[in-house]
Amino acid sequence: MKKSKIIMLIAASLLLTLFIFPLWNITLEAPQYPDPIGMNIHINKIADMNPHDIQNINLMNHYVGMKDIPENMLEFSIFPIVVVTMFVLGILFAITGNYRLFLIWFVLMSLLGIAGMVDFYMWEHDYGTNLSQTAAIKFTNEDGTPMAYQPPLFGTKTILNFVAHSYPRLGAVALILSIGLSLVAFIFGKNENKKL
Amino acid sequence: MKTIKILLPFLTLILLFGSCSKKGKKSGGALAGDVAEKVYVAPGEHDEFYAFISGGFSGQLSVYGLPSGRLFKVIPVFSLDAEKAYGFNEETKPMLNTSFGFVPWDDAHHPDISQTNGELDGRWCFINGNNTPRIARIDLSTFETAEIIEIPNSAGNHSSSFITENTEYVVASTRFSIPIPQKDMPISEYKSNFKGTMSFISVDKETGNMDIKFQLLMPGFDYDLSHPGRDKSHGWFFFTTYNTEEANSLLEVNASQNDKDFIAAVNWKKIEEYVNNGGGKKVAAKYAHNVYNDHTHTATSTIKDQVVMVDPRDVPGAIFFLPTPKSPHGCDVDPSGEYIVGSGKLAAELTVHSFSKMLKAIEGKKFDGEAYGIPILKYDEVLAGVVKQPGLGPLHTEFDGKGYAYTTFFISSEVVKWKLGTWEVVDRKPTYYSVGHLMIPGGNSRKPFGKYLVAMNKITKDRYLPTGPEVNQSAQLYDISGDKMELLLDFPTIGEPHYAAGCPASLLTDKSKKIYKLEDNKHKYAITKEADAKVVRSGNEVHIYMSMIRSHFAPDNIEGIQVGDKVYFHVTNLEQDYDVPHGISMIGANTSELLIMPGQTETFIWEPKQVGVWPFYCTDFCSALHQEMQGYVRVSPKGSSTPISYTLDGESTSGK
Ligand SMILES: [Cu+2]
Repeated sequence: MKKSKIIMLIAASLLLTLFIFPLWNITLEAPQYPDPIGMNIHINKIADMNPHDIQNINLMNHYVGMKDIPENMLEFSIFPIVVVTMFVLGILFAITGNYRLFLIWFVLMSLLGIAGMVDFYMWEHDYGTNLSQTAAIKFTNEDGTPMAYQPPLFGTKTILNFVAHSYPRLGAVALILSIGLSLVAFIFGKNENKKL
Repeated sequence: MKTIKILLPFLTLILLFGSCSKKGKKSGGALAGDVAEKVYVAPGEHDEFYAFISGGFSGQLSVYGLPSGRLFKVIPVFSLDAEKAYGFNEETKPMLNTSFGFVPWDDAHHPDISQTNGELDGRWCFINGNNTPRIARIDLSTFETAEIIEIPNSAGNHSSSFITENTEYVVASTRFSIPIPQKDMPISEYKSNFKGTMSFISVDKETGNMDIKFQLLMPGFDYDLSHPGRDKSHGWFFFTTYNTEEANSLLEVNASQNDKDFIAAVNWKKIEEYVNNGGGKKVAAKYAHNVYNDHTHTATSTIKDQVVMVDPRDVPGAIFFLPTPKSPHGCDVDPSGEYIVGSGKLAAELTVHSFSKMLKAIEGKKFDGEAYGIPILKYDEVLAGVVKQPGLGPLHTEFDGKGYAYTTFFISSEVVKWKLGTWEVVDRKPTYYSVGHLMIPGGNSRKPFGKYLVAMNKITKDRYLPTGPEVNQSAQLYDISGDKMELLLDFPTIGEPHYAAGCPASLLTDKSKKIYKLEDNKHKYAITKEADAKVVRSGNEVHIYMSMIRSHFAPDNIEGIQVGDKVYFHVTNLEQDYDVPHGISMIGANTSELLIMPGQTETFIWEPKQVGVWPFYCTDFCSALHQEMQGYVRVSPKGSSTPISYTLDGESTSGK
């Protein structure tokens, strides 16, 4: 079998790991939480980092009017379908061995990845800024605007008494690897084609 | 004349130490400069050892850290504790049930930590209630009392609660001999009519549940303390006796006449076998067995009606008496199991018996008569050695695992270090004042951790700032890692610490429970979510299924209660976060608050006596909005037509 084909098969298969590993993690540290609390963001759910973390995050956040971390989101049903579709498509493309299709898969996946990040950002933004009018505690910025509690998209940020860390997890690594490998498969395929 | 001669050296000792202590205090302590460092546990750092120190007449068990001497927790065991609602809430009231009914207090004496192969395993801590004979088991994952068993045919449950080296048995025996079975008879007929018992309580390997396997009917002496054999002497148990005179009045004189009392050596394996083969007599006995369940968060009390009683004369070769001078108190077995130290309270020397010599003497029938059919071994045939002129009033000995023993002396107020085998005194340090028992972590096991020694003193006097006539008891921490003991620290203790058990912190920290899982809550009146909160009337009983979470109760407004109702608040803490308990208390409730741990349900009863609108609130500062965590109950006159209804945030639901 051609190398490009094998690489493309691997690239597509890597997507399946998204059903096991989280894409992203947000961890909150505070003095009264010597064991930090956090959530793992998967393609189909947001899960506790340690047992009961989400309940405890919700409990703290409701004072400033933040909504509960959703158990159900539209994304949780769409993302798995997209991932499975792209996996099947990737496998089919690999079988054809047409390296141009690999490039198409690469572009498609890249766009989907960016769309995913944008969607994540929008949720975070809503989560951190769309606050209840009846919140018990209302903090404002120096200019009088309501304080936002949006965790960073990537990196570390201090929010009131918490330090929030937002970083990719194994799922995201697999996803980037998958996208990267499809490009490698395209390059290999192109070279193999030249030799012929 | 003779007495004076013996006493003289000791008087000198007293003088010596009396002056020593004064000098030490005036100069701000004759302590080396680095002592503070040795007990300093920096903020956020943890202690190296746990110490479980009995609360004596407080009835509780306290948990301290060593070397800092910081108090971590007081575990309610035998006495009511309003702070934790122990014995006040409906769930734990059964824990204090006895054949005499609800007994809300006891005198907690001797804690002992469970062992496997003679080493501490940190699963449970046992402790005895002295007054209304009971043994409690404390779960060392929750630090809560898990079980209490009453001991029938017993009075003054002092010689307890020591465990065998695989926690096969926890042992309890009587201080007071009594008529067995109890009956109305003249006290003057005590002699040979009153009896003592030794109870062997089996401990289930998995659950820890206790069950009285058998009781031994013993002569009418007073049984003081006891210790299991270990390693080579595993299978035997040793009990000190006093009042072998069998006096029943003015014991301070009449029970101090015999030159020697006894240490009773009991081959419990032999008796166990006898009982397993159907030996012993089933006799009627009424006693309570109380078990707390971590899933229902509720205790149940069962009254049992029978024990197996064994007459030692029916099991020849199972029990022997070792003559031991002058009313021995402590009865301590060294880590190898060879030496049995008898601390004759009124003796001038410390007596040490040899286990292997004892076996030989038994084999060679080296008897010196018998008492009530129990052979008395010849003193010289069992004696390993004596520690000469050790101090005055020896009480209790523990071991460092390095060949040394440490004995407390009540009268001369000191701890004395001596060497096993040579019996020579190698060091002595004063205590402030009048030390009772001492503790070396693991000092009761095959593997002591010979780094620290805690001396528990009976008298405090000027050691702390005065607090009126009553002052806390004082404990002292010594470093015993070197050749000489070094006094490191004073710290106050609760009640009267009679005894203590200690273990390395690492044995317990990892398995210490942080929350109770809500999903495992099987309490009859638990709710697992706010939506299930409800108020149900049946006759004049009203059951409120309430939840609590930061920072509100659900429901928080309740109407339709009437004067004369019996209102049950069944409150579940929905939190699943470490160290977030909530409390609840109701104005005028004739009980304590509840302090409910995450995932737990507790109940209190309120019987409103006046119409009105009455508040309740959270008693534990749980969150920034703790002060907002409150509610109201409307009480209408008896027979009022106001229906049961309840709300949270104005959303009303009518009752069922
Ligand atoms: Cu509260």
